[in-house]
Amino acid sequence: MSVQVNAEVVNLRRTGAYHHLTLLAPGIPEPTRPGHFVAVAVGGEGSGMMLRRAFSIHRVTPGGPNGGTVEVVFATHGKGTRWLADRRRGDKLDVIGPLGRPFTLPKEPVSCVLVAGGYGAAPLFMLSEQLRARGCRVDMVLGAATEDRLFGVLEAKRSSASVTVTTDDGSTGIRGRVTDPLPEIIRTAGADVVYACGPMAMLAAVAGVAAQSGAHSQCAVEESMACGIGVCMTCVLPVRGRDGVTRMVRSCTDGPVFRGSEVRWADVGTVPPDTLGAPVAGGH
Amino acid sequence: MSTTLGRIELPDPVLTASGCAAAGRELAPFLDLTAIGAVVTKSIMLNARSGRPTPRMAETPSGMLNSIGLQGPGVEEFVAKDLRWLREHGIRTVVSIAGGSVAEYQKLAQRLRHEPGISAIEVNISCPNVESRGQVFACDPFSAGSVVQVVRRHSAPDMPVLAKLSPDVTDIVAIAKSVLEAGADGLSLINTLLGMVIDPDTMRPMLGGMTGGLSGPAIRPVAVRAVWQVHAAYPRVPILGMGGIRTGQDAFEFLLAGASAVSVGTAVFNDPSAPARISAELGEILTARGINRLSDAVGLGHTMQARHVAAQEARRAAQEEKS
Repeated sequence: MSVQVNAEVVNLRRTGAYHHLTLLAPGIPEPTRPGHFVAVAVGGEGSGMMLRRAFSIHRVTPGGPNGGTVEVVFATHGKGTRWLADRRRGDKLDVIGPLGRPFTLPKEPVSCVLVAGGYGAAPLFMLSEQLRARGCRVDMVLGAATEDRLFGVLEAKRSSASVTVTTDDGSTGIRGRVTDPLPEIIRTAGADVVYACGPMAMLAAVAGVAAQSGAHSQCAVEESMACGIGVCMTCVLPVRGRDGVTRMVRSCTDGPVFRGSEVRWADVGTVPPDTLGAPVAGGH
Repeated sequence: MSTTLGRIELPDPVLTASGCAAAGRELAPFLDLTAIGAVVTKSIMLNARSGRPTPRMAETPSGMLNSIGLQGPGVEEFVAKDLRWLREHGIRTVVSIAGGSVAEYQKLAQRLRHEPGISAIEVNISCPNVESRGQVFACDPFSAGSVVQVVRRHSAPDMPVLAKLSPDVTDIVAIAKSVLEAGADGLSLINTLLGMVIDPDTMRPMLGGMTGGLSGPAIRPVAVRAVWQVHAAYPRVPILGMGGIRTGQDAFEFLLAGASAVSVGTAVFNDPSAPARISAELGEILTARGINRLSDAVGLGHTMQARHVAAQEARRAAQEEKS
C-alpha cells in the first residue's frame, strides 16, 4: 500500500553527474520491493510546477527511531530536478510511495544478468542483494555515455560475480553500448533472466538480445509521468497481454517493470493500429 | 458542509474532476472517497478506446497541457468493473460520458439508465462531432443542445444531467442557454482550454496529439469568469465549478462567483489528498467569515459587487448634492 508522507531530507550529495538523495520517509521503506518508485512534489507549497517527479528507489532502510529512510538517485533534467538538487538537510518534501509493480524474483537460484544505463543502475542493487540471498548468481553490465554518468560501479564490483562497464566515448571500460558485450555475458553466466533499467532505446535493445539468447527479460521503463498513481493516463505504452491483445497500459500502475517480450518496443510513442480501441480521432 | 446541486444532495461540496481521478479506485489509498462530494469518473465512451500516442503531457506554468484522447475501456467494462466497485464501496458517483455523435450519447444514456449507484450524469461535450467535420459539440449552441437533449430524454427522468461546457467559445452564456433549454439540470464549468506547446529542441509540437487541453491554476481566472457570467445570466441554475482549484480559498472564489459545488482536477496529480484538504480549508474560511450555510456563499460575490456599486453611487450622489 502506498502512502503520502511529509518526508525530510537527511542527506543530499553529488555522485558523478548525479544527485543522491536520502529521505526520512516513514511508512515507505517497509513495503518497498526492488523496482518500486516514489513520486515527489517539487517547487514547495503553492509551486507553479504541478506535476510530480518519479524516481526509482535505490535503497531503503526500514525502522529507526524516526522511521526508515528511502534513497533515490537523479539527474537534473529541468527546473523541477534542479529545485530538488538545491534542497538542504532538514527540508521537507511531499513524497508518495512505494509505487508501481516491482521486479519479479525467480523461485529457483538461477543465474541473472542485471543491465543498466546511467542512473538506471540505482534500483538494481536492492535487486542484486535479494537475488543473491536466494542463491542466484548475479552479473552486472553498467553503461553510460561518459564515465561520470555511470552509477554504482564500485558497489557493483563488491556484490557481483562480474561487472562489465561500457561507455559511448570509451572514457572507461568497453567503448560501445551495453548490448555489445551482453550476448557473451549471458552465455558465459548461463543466465536465465536479464533485468534491465535505463532509457527506452537501451531497454528495447536489451530485450532483443535477451530473447535471442533464450533468456527472459524484465525491464523497468522510464516514461515521463504526471502523477505516478494511475490517474493521469500520460505514461502509457503499447503492451501485448497474455491474451495476445495490445493495450495502451500505464507504466506507473501496470509497470514500471514489464516483461521484455510483452512491450512493443518498436511502437513505443505510437498507438499501433491493432491496439484495443485504436485509433479514433479527437477529444481531450 | 452539505450542499445541493439542483436535485443532487451532497454531504460535501468538493468533488473530483473528470479525467483526474481515473475511476476513483486509484485515489482510495490517499483519500476517503465516501467523505468527498462525489467521484466524477473519466469520460466513458461506448467502445474501448486506446487514446492518443505519447507524449501526452507537458508541464506548463502553473498547469499542464494534456492530450489523452479519452482512453478508456468502453461502457460495458466500466459498468462491470469500475461502477460496480464504486457502488460496492458506497462512493457517490457522477458518470461523465463522451461520444463522437449524438447517437453515441443516446446509446450511453440508454445503457446507464437502469444502472444503480449513479448520482448524476455529466455530459462531456468537448468532443469532435464526427458527423460535422469534427466540429466540437461544445462550441456550437445547436450541437451542444442536441447532445444534451438526447441524454436528458434517454436518462431516467429523476437522473440529474449536468452539461460540461468549454471555455473556448465567444459567448459561453449562449451555449448555457442552449443546453438549459435542452433540459440540462445544471452546468459543469469549465472544461480545459485548447493549447499547444512547441519543443524548442525538436522545434515541433511537444504532444503526440499536437494540441491538448490546458488545466491547472493557470486557467482559474478564466473559469471564475465563466461561472460569474453564467450565474449572472441564470442565477437559479446549479453550477459545478472547476478550473485550477488547489486550495480552500480557490474553492471559495468559485462559490462567490456562483458555483454550488466544485471539482478538483489537476491539483490531484500534485496532491492526491487535495479534495479532502480543500474541503477542510473551505470549511475554515466559511466559519471565519461567519457563513453558516454554504448556500449563503453561493453567488455572494454578485451581491457584494452590487452593494459596492450602490455604495459608490450613493457617495457620488452625496458629493454632487454637497457641491
